[in-house]
Amino acid sequence: MSNILSALPQVLVDGLTLGAIYAVVALGYTMVYGILELINFAHGEIFMSGAFIGTGLLLSLGVFGIAMPAWITLILILLLTALLTGLLGIGIERLAYRPLRKAPRLIPLISAIGISFILQDLVRFFAEFKTGNYIVTGTTLFEGKVTIPFSSIIGTFHNATIKNNTLILIGITIIIMILLDIFVNRTKWGTAMRAVAQDQETAALMSINVNKVISLTFFIGSAIGGATGFLFAQQYATIDPYIGFILGLKAFTAAVLGGIGNIRGAMFGGLILGVLEVFAAANLSTITGGVIGSEYKDVFAFTILILVLIFKPEGLFGKSVKEKV
Amino acid sequence: MRKVFLIGLSLSLLSISAIGCSNNSSGNVIKVATQSPLSGNQATVGEAIKNGAQLAIDDHVEAFKKLGFDLKLAPYDDQADPKKGVANAQSIGADPSILGVVGHYNSGVAIPSATTYQKNKLVMVSPANTAVELTESGNKSVHRIVARDDVQGSADANYATNKLHAKNIFIIQDKTAYGQGISSKFQKQAEANGAKIAGNEGITSGEKDFSGVLNQVAAAKPDFIFYGGIYSEFGILVKQAREKGITVPMMGGDGVDSSDMYTIAGDAIKDVYYSTTAADVSNTTEGKKWAEKYKAKFNKEPQSYAYYGYDAMNVLLKGLEDAIKKNGNKKPNREQVLDAVHAIKDYQGIATKVSFDDKGDNDFAKIFIHKFENKQYPGPLVGEEGKQ
Repeated sequence: MSNILSALPQVLVDGLTLGAIYAVVALGYTMVYGILELINFAHGEIFMSGAFIGTGLLLSLGVFGIAMPAWITLILILLLTALLTGLLGIGIERLAYRPLRKAPRLIPLISAIGISFILQDLVRFFAEFKTGNYIVTGTTLFEGKVTIPFSSIIGTFHNATIKNNTLILIGITIIIMILLDIFVNRTKWGTAMRAVAQDQETAALMSINVNKVISLTFFIGSAIGGATGFLFAQQYATIDPYIGFILGLKAFTAAVLGGIGNIRGAMFGGLILGVLEVFAAANLSTITGGVIGSEYKDVFAFTILILVLIFKPEGLFGKSVKEKV
Repeated sequence: MRKVFLIGLSLSLLSISAIGCSNNSSGNVIKVATQSPLSGNQATVGEAIKNGAQLAIDDHVEAFKKLGFDLKLAPYDDQADPKKGVANAQSIGADPSILGVVGHYNSGVAIPSATTYQKNKLVMVSPANTAVELTESGNKSVHRIVARDDVQGSADANYATNKLHAKNIFIIQDKTAYGQGISSKFQKQAEANGAKIAGNEGITSGEKDFSGVLNQVAAAKPDFIFYGGIYSEFGILVKQAREKGITVPMMGGDGVDSSDMYTIAGDAIKDVYYSTTAADVSNTTEGKKWAEKYKAKFNKEPQSYAYYGYDAMNVLLKGLEDAIKKNGNKKPNREQVLDAVHAIKDYQGIATKVSFDDKGDNDFAKIFIHKFENKQYPGPLVGEEGKQ
């Protein structure tokens, strides 16, 4: 037991890192669901495309020998990636979802799955084009790490080390989440989004351009998903065209856990899932005396998900906030 | 409904007659299939196997023409997926011009596919599969020119405990047939050599964040880490372990034998060892000559399994030639080819000598232990161990 406690700071740090990524990707799922009641399964692939677009931009900066301070490079690439993946999201909505808006619920779901296969193979094609190998390893902008002396606060804790990258990742995702929250709750466009989420037809009668609002939702969801993709690539350095699948699935789970359609719920759902997963991976075999190993971390995390959903089917935040989006 | 049925019937009749036609016209075509992952994250090695086999075919085309046969390669992509491997095996079995298979790269794919080969009496020569069950199941089709996991796992353990003086070992594996097989053999031998196993944990292949398992490793404070799995995860694992300040030596089996380890792990790759069943022949004169030929044709450096793809194909073609001669220069059936390949003794290949025993294992198979160093691939050879 003392092992679990002393490793807790590091587990929390790693869990929050993973959870922050889940949370931001979950936002994309939850926003689109809130407004269209469509599960946009291509969102994981948009995240993956963002990882490749960002890494591609970074590598081509290196090829052209353009040297800038790391901060400027990071912000520039993040914005460019967000813009491109945002446009990608709008394009997908126009091509694959808008013509099917009046069709039964299952049909756009199938086209979402189709889009995600197309994106996977497109990215694979371009990634393989140059090197013949689609596992891409990018350069890291911020090397180095910081040690947080938890042991000096409480004696039983071990110190936790955090990569500078991780700090940036957590910082930026928090900024994104706060900005999004303000945007949805305090601005005119945010109000329009909430109105469309509640009732499309009535919102249209109140002179809200529904199509524009839906496009905007896709743009924002995809832009932050893509930007997170680049942060992910920076964090783990190695990416392949299939990272979107497992991650998308877990982010979707996080969205459901927090109450799908609810933005704050998605954020907390992501963080909780990340911490649960890392905690299980680090401690399962200690807790069960080696019977159940860390390979069952997903089983553990999803068991908790099922338990939550049995007792609170609307998700953790499903009821406390009535409005969707 | 009736109409649909009639159209379907006529279509199927058409296709049957089409198959009939192609049969008649291709009476003298002999194809040998390769099965390896040509797409997916193991494509680098899978392609090397295919390319090696292609060179062997190119070498023999003339000789087979003299015998009156048109020799061709039929490459299949098993996607490192057992389902795909078996589906391919079925279409290979259904193609009467295919008389043998070189494959696979993944043991988890080879084992179920081999059952299908056996049904079709097709000979399979594996350039890379090391799982013990493959030849232990009594499947007559199966042959391999590389060493087995039980040899490899224990050779790794011997090296770790005897040469690197590991006393407290942490094992991580990827839960596949290969990863579990090699790490359980490693564990057994390491324990027999007196080392303590600090933990044995699994990871999920395809994921990128292994901090959970690594936190556990950090808590257990081992002096050696063994990994049973493939390079795409091991590279990340090495990188993340070093970032967490875990600096003990790490080692993997032949699954991590790839130049991509340097790209994925970058500068973090220090004190990392790998064992391989593939000899590094890039320094022998013959190997150098062959590597030149390979580069000229494919514009790529050969990976070590390219040599084994070449040897496996050559062994198979040698058996095929024997079978043709035995059959009075007529096209042999699959069973005759199988018997001829099984009977091969003391064949000198470019990477290994080959003599098949009863089960289809190679008597001359060896384990080589290398170290990743100075971005050099294959890394410098640090140890070598034979069959028992």
